[in-house]
Amino acid sequence: MSAVFRLTDSTLRDGSHALSHQFTVDQVRAVVRGLDAAGVPVIEVSHGDGLGGSSFNYGFSGTDEMHLLAAAVDEAEHAKIAVLLLPGIGIKEDLIRAHAVGATVARIATHCTEADISQQHIGLAKELGMEAVGFLMMSHMTPPEALLEEAKKMESYGADCVYVVDSAGAMTIDDARRRVATLKDHLECQVGIHAHNNLSLAVANSLAALEEGVDQVDGCTTGLGAGAGNCPTEVLVAACERSGYQTGVEPMSLVDVADDVVRPLKPTQGVIDGDGLMLGYAGVYGSFLLHARRAAERHGVDSKEILLELGRRQVVGGQEDMIIDVAVELERRAAEAQASQL
Amino acid sequence: MAVPCAIVGSGNIGTDLMFKLLRSDVLDLRAVIGIDPDSEGLRMARERGLVGTPEGVDWLFGDDAGDIAIVFEATSAWVHRQNAPRYEEAGIRAIDLTPAKLGPAVVPTVNLDEHLDAPNVNMITCGGQATTPIVAAVRSVTDVPYAEIVSTVASKSAGPGTRQNIDEFTKTTSSCLVEVGGADHGKAIMILNPAEPPILMRNTVFCALPEGYDPDAVTDAILAMEKAVAAYVPGYHLTSPPVFDEGPFATPGGPAAARVITLIEVEGAADYFPPYAGNLDIMTAAATKVGEAVARHLMEVPA
Repeated sequence: MSAVFRLTDSTLRDGSHALSHQFTVDQVRAVVRGLDAAGVPVIEVSHGDGLGGSSFNYGFSGTDEMHLLAAAVDEAEHAKIAVLLLPGIGIKEDLIRAHAVGATVARIATHCTEADISQQHIGLAKELGMEAVGFLMMSHMTPPEALLEEAKKMESYGADCVYVVDSAGAMTIDDARRRVATLKDHLECQVGIHAHNNLSLAVANSLAALEEGVDQVDGCTTGLGAGAGNCPTEVLVAACERSGYQTGVEPMSLVDVADDVVRPLKPTQGVIDGDGLMLGYAGVYGSFLLHARRAAERHGVDSKEILLELGRRQVVGGQEDMIIDVAVELERRAAEAQASQL
Repeated sequence: MAVPCAIVGSGNIGTDLMFKLLRSDVLDLRAVIGIDPDSEGLRMARERGLVGTPEGVDWLFGDDAGDIAIVFEATSAWVHRQNAPRYEEAGIRAIDLTPAKLGPAVVPTVNLDEHLDAPNVNMITCGGQATTPIVAAVRSVTDVPYAEIVSTVASKSAGPGTRQNIDEFTKTTSSCLVEVGGADHGKAIMILNPAEPPILMRNTVFCALPEGYDPDAVTDAILAMEKAVAAYVPGYHLTSPPVFDEGPFATPGGPAAARVITLIEVEGAADYFPPYAGNLDIMTAAATKVGEAVARHLMEVPA
């Protein structure tokens, strides 16, 4: 039976955050081989922060993402290979290179209120003959009606699908449902959902989106991804099957990929610890997690305090540099408090 | 004595620049040139006794323009490409605030005096003006194999030109870190933040450091540069002393022993823009500084 939605597995992109962007060619080959054989139709491969993300601010890639992409393209027999690009971080030349290597789906991501910076890149994707997906990050930060206006811009630039992206894993089931329903009601193009699990709602939110007729759903195998992780692909597929949604993917094969290939990369994936929960609770971009832990260690402050302060400052995706700013400020405040006690 | 000058473009940038040029002793601002008769900027120019003409750039080459010697381009890259050859033919020096980058990039605290004879100089980007000085400061005391900057501005302060040309912003800024800042490799990242109330402009500069660098010398150079920039952008300041992290880091410029992080906030002078728009303020302040240097140079050298 044909699938009622299209699944994109982002283990090799969003999962890159969990491994500090150190995927190897062999790991990429093994993951793509397993997912492709299980019938996953789209596999995303890029630096966690998208093409061109390798940097001090987000972490340098262990292996050039174009080499990883080439390996994925070579390994995939049926699956399309997707890339992510954040305008302001990646540039058009990066997308041209990715297309030349064999990527056929371009996912162009902006903050949920800044869709107009994606016009050139969505346009370029279409010119190159790629499928173009608009990716509205941190969608919890704007109400459904405002999100719709941004989604309409992406549609007008040529997007074939626009995603509600819960980058902070901060959406309740009602939040996710209302955003997807609003977009579905008013857009001609497809609608997708990308969920994170910081509040343990990633699968539930994806199922709520399916009830509203969402066309595309993202997962990461074992949930490997930013923050406490993504919607775990194998759990999503199993839950969909039990809910009566055809996925077109073989659940038991996915379980094997999860256990044999992806789980060993990060055995603790799936645990929602205090820091992971703080992301969802404070509404902070998921990929800040490991950077906040490192900064907490360097400056002798509490990582949870860093994340809560970032939430108060309303920082958006890409502002990893503010983690250092906050850590330094907390360190100074602690020193001042100590000095005043002496 | 002052050198006659004009602003082409009566939008936000042109209007903010007008306030700054009106305070200059060496620049005699005579006209603001626009294309929209209902422009707020032109009205404000006329209120201040300037010519505020909607005739477009043609006015500059007509009989009423007189002996204008310096023009500040505050239109768009596309318009500047049309105008630049006409300025040069007429012997008018152009200070370009668009990303057209036809002439050499100038950052006042780094290479102000290097291009005083160039017919056309470019002010790069707001991020470039805010961060290149720090890279140059570090470079003055050690090699910088790789420099990376993150520039975050309030969504409200980024106009349609910036939004539709975000690649040009990052590429122009990256190249400036190398060409003017002196780093071996450069990368620029731009982020828009829609928070309300709007955030002040933020810039973070990461400089890779080689083995054997002297942290005190690096810190001193950065703090001295902070003062030098603040002399013409009063709201420019570090939010903390420079932060050093020991590596090693595998940068595009090769392995680096350490990095120094400089965290900068730019509060605008609020001449015309609100204070959060430090990104626009630093552009117009830098352009004024460059314009004054060119004016002094023109007065020294007989034509």
